[in-house]
Parts: sequence; C-alpha cells; structure tokens
Amino acid sequence: MFGRHSDLPLAGDATSRFLPWLVALMVFMAAMAVAGAFVIDGIIGRWDHDVSGTLTVQVLPAGGDQGEAATDERVHLAVELMRKVPGVLLVNAFDKKRTLALLEPWLGSTDVVQDLPLPRLIDVTVDADVHIDLTELAERLSRAVPGASLDDHRVWLSRLINLSRTIQWLAIVVVLLIGAVTSATVVYGTRTGMAVHHGLIEVLHLIGAHDDYIARQFADRAFALGVAGGLMGLGMAVPALTAIGWAARRLEGGFLPSLSLPLLGYITIGLLPLLAAGLAMLTARLTVHSTLSRMP
Amino acid sequence: MRHRPRGENIIRFDSVGLRYGLGPEVLQDVTFALPSGSFHFLTGPSGAGKSSLLRLMYLGLRPTRGRVVLFDRDIANTKRYELPALRRRIGVVFQDFRLLDHLTALDNVALPLRVRGVRESEIQKHVPELLAWVGLADHLGAKPSTLSGGQKQRVAIARAVIGRPDLLLADEPTGNVDDHIAMRLMYLFEELNKLGTTIVVATHNELLVQRFVHLPRIHLEHGMVTRMRERTEAE
Repeated sequence: MFGRHSDLPLAGDATSRFLPWLVALMVFMAAMAVAGAFVIDGIIGRWDHDVSGTLTVQVLPAGGDQGEAATDERVHLAVELMRKVPGVLLVNAFDKKRTLALLEPWLGSTDVVQDLPLPRLIDVTVDADVHIDLTELAERLSRAVPGASLDDHRVWLSRLINLSRTIQWLAIVVVLLIGAVTSATVVYGTRTGMAVHHGLIEVLHLIGAHDDYIARQFADRAFALGVAGGLMGLGMAVPALTAIGWAARRLEGGFLPSLSLPLLGYITIGLLPLLAAGLAMLTARLTVHSTLSRMP
Repeated sequence: MRHRPRGENIIRFDSVGLRYGLGPEVLQDVTFALPSGSFHFLTGPSGAGKSSLLRLMYLGLRPTRGRVVLFDRDIANTKRYELPALRRRIGVVFQDFRLLDHLTALDNVALPLRVRGVRESEIQKHVPELLAWVGLADHLGAKPSTLSGGQKQRVAIARAVIGRPDLLLADEPTGNVDDHIAMRLMYLFEELNKLGTTIVVATHNELLVQRFVHLPRIHLEHGMVTRMRERTEAE
C-alpha cells in the first residue's frame, strides 16, 4: 500500500505534519479509555464471581457478663439453622480471632480493639443452581437467633456494579468521540488537500481518471500517516499503562482489586493504531468521493 | 486504436448554450458536427468562447442547454461514472499545458496510461519512445520547471497522444512557441490525423490558419458560430 504510485504531491501538505501527532494523541487517549473499560469489566466480573453463591450471616454480640458465651451460643444456633437449609453447601463461622484478623489492617491489634464487642460473621456457600427464598430465610433466622441477620451482598454489589458499568460506558463514549474527532480532522485535512491540489485533480479527472483512482491516493496517504501516528500513540500509551499497573500493585491493604489487563485488552490496544489508520483511510476516501461527485 | 470509419460524426452539437453561474451566455445556439478523421481549426478572437467550447468537447463542463453527442453518446443521458471511459478517448493539449510540476516529463506523459492501469513495464517501454519522437529523449527525467516553453508544449502533446485518442483537442498549441516549432507541431498533428485521429486546433493566429488554408474551420464570434467552412472535394 505504501509503495503504490502517487501522482499528487501530498507529502508536503500541512495535513502530513499535524495528522500523525493528532492520531498519536487520539490513540493514546483511546488506549487509556480501552484499558479502563477492560479493567473495570474484569473487576466487575471478579466481584460478581466472588459474591455470587455466597451469603453472610452477621450475629450481634450479646451483652452481660456471659456475653462471650452467649454470643458463641447464638453463632452455634445460626450455624445449625443454616446447615439445614436445602442448597447450602458449606457453613463456616469466623471465630473472634479471625474476625480481629480481618479488621487488623484498619484498626490495628491493640488490646482495646480486642475488648470491643464485635459482631461475628458466618460465611455460607450455597449452590447457585438451587433457588433459596432469601427473604423467608432472613426472617426465620432473625426469629430463631436473636441479633442475627442475613446479607446476600446484592444491594451494595448492584450499586457498585451500576457505578462501574456507567464508568465503562463513559470510556466507550470517549473512544467513540475520539474516533469522531479523528474523522472530522481527516475530513478537514482531505478537503484542504483537495482545494490545494484542485488543478492537478482536474487534470487527472480530464485524462480519464476514475474518482477512486484519485480517492485512493488520498486514502493511502491518510493510512500511512494514521499508522505512523498510531504507533507513536501506542509508544506513549504502553509505558503509561505499565506505570499505572506498577503503581496499583504497590498499593497495600487490598483497597483496590487487581488492575491487570486481560489478553483481549492487550490485543485491542495493540490494534488501535491500525483501527485509527483504517478510520483515517476510509474517511479520506469517502471525503474525496463526496467532493468529486460535485465535479462534472 | 478504435478509430471510426471516416465520415461518421464523432461529435455533434445541437443548439448548445453555456453560461457560468448566473452570468450571460458565453456560447449561444452552437450547432455543428465533426466527421471522424477530420481536422478543423477553431478560430475567433480572444473571448469569443473557443476555450469554453473546447471544455464542452473534452467534457470539462456540461452545457446549460442544447445537446452534445460524443462518440454516439448523448452526454445529458450519460452517467457520471461512464464519463472517464469517454474522456480516455480524447487527448487534450491545454493552453497553459497543465503539466504536473512535481513529476518528471516521463511521469507526466505516463499519466493517461497509469489512470488506465497499464503495466509499468509497458509504460517504461512506450513513453520514452514517444518522448524521443517529439525530440525530448534527453529530458525524460526533467521536471517541467527546467524545460523551455517549446519543450513543455511537446510534453503536453505527448501526454495528449500517448493514449492514442480518437479525438485530439488543442487549445492555442502554438501560442507559446516560435514560428518554426509551431509549424513542426502542425505537421505532427497532420501526421496524427492521417493515422485516423480527429483533430481540433483552437487558435487566434490567422497567419497559421492561412498557412493551412486547406483545413476547414469553425469560427466563433461572441459565443456564436458565425462561419463553418467544410473541406471541399477538391481539397
């Protein structure tokens, strides 16, 4: 494609100077948006996977002198009740030591913390294929065990997923806007080029050149500039994404889930220069055809 | 070459009018027909409409009224995508040559072949031959800016004839060259005409017309054909 003969001196046009830089910037921003969309998709998938098929029973601590023993009794009752529910595969009660371990990153491990009346947690694994009436189960649990409640994580998870999906759609809209801006710039650049070379185009036209013969020369040039700019943009995006990934991995305490990019994400980002070049080529070709159609 | 039998009309104008935008008509009720294999002068003073008439003939414009029939095709009924095929049967020598300054003489002459998709090996064989024939064998790689007026003229003529057109239109081809070269160009056109190409040479050089007095002429005044002298049997 790059070796094809060109009759028009397009290499000296202003478009040749600014289009690669513009495409580079566009590909860089698109790479960031695409990476963001893929990472969010992965996070949502992991959240969904981690919490679907699980329930958490929370048992409030009992007061009084025998509070610890009473709380243990409540936990025991709740465990027994949950084990009898059809579809429950595993019931795992967290003792106080394990509960404290969960809180340690936030509250530390001082004696004061150990004396706090902490609620106890029971992790319940259920068969995802078996339907359980969670409302009825929650009522039964709270009646049978004082201070016990059932959490199926759906409320907070659905809000989190909605937020994440919104961000993901925003990223997709950003990519589409970037494509539209690139196309608009190519249209402007191509029309300018056609105006500059109007005389030469007319000569080609009058010696019998089809519209596509002329359009191909603009399209080839736009593709070459798009590839060059796209590779520059990719060259900027890869170190930036690597740096973000490195910084995210350094965060401690499990505040952020893993921000790793899936293989499809790498492939999509790797294809962005070609996609940008293809878009530039197609836009240039259509612009030339549209402009030439007004010639006799 | 697909030259038609001599005598059949290759181009016909019926009551053709032309105006640019909302301006006055620059051509009015132009009616004539050119037989295949003929050689005509198109004469008239500057501003008479010669270049506009040629533009209509090489399909650079469409008439605002009337009928143009070219190679048996009514141009009004011809689709835009069909025009390149008709244009490839026409060679044009523009008044200002309209060579592509960034291309060499060889590449300029090769243009009509390249737009037709002719193989590069064929181009590299035929184009230097033709440039040698017009006396530019030593200037194949020269850019137009380094050529004299006469040399540019010959490159323009070579570009017009490389595709072996059925119809050759030349707009003031002798306007920028001295008398000697003008005569050589006219003899070159006569040779092409003998090979079957229909030729129209637009000029306001009366001296040149008198030298080739045997050739018929279409004379334009104020956008109208005022005289149309055909070749007589004796000629």
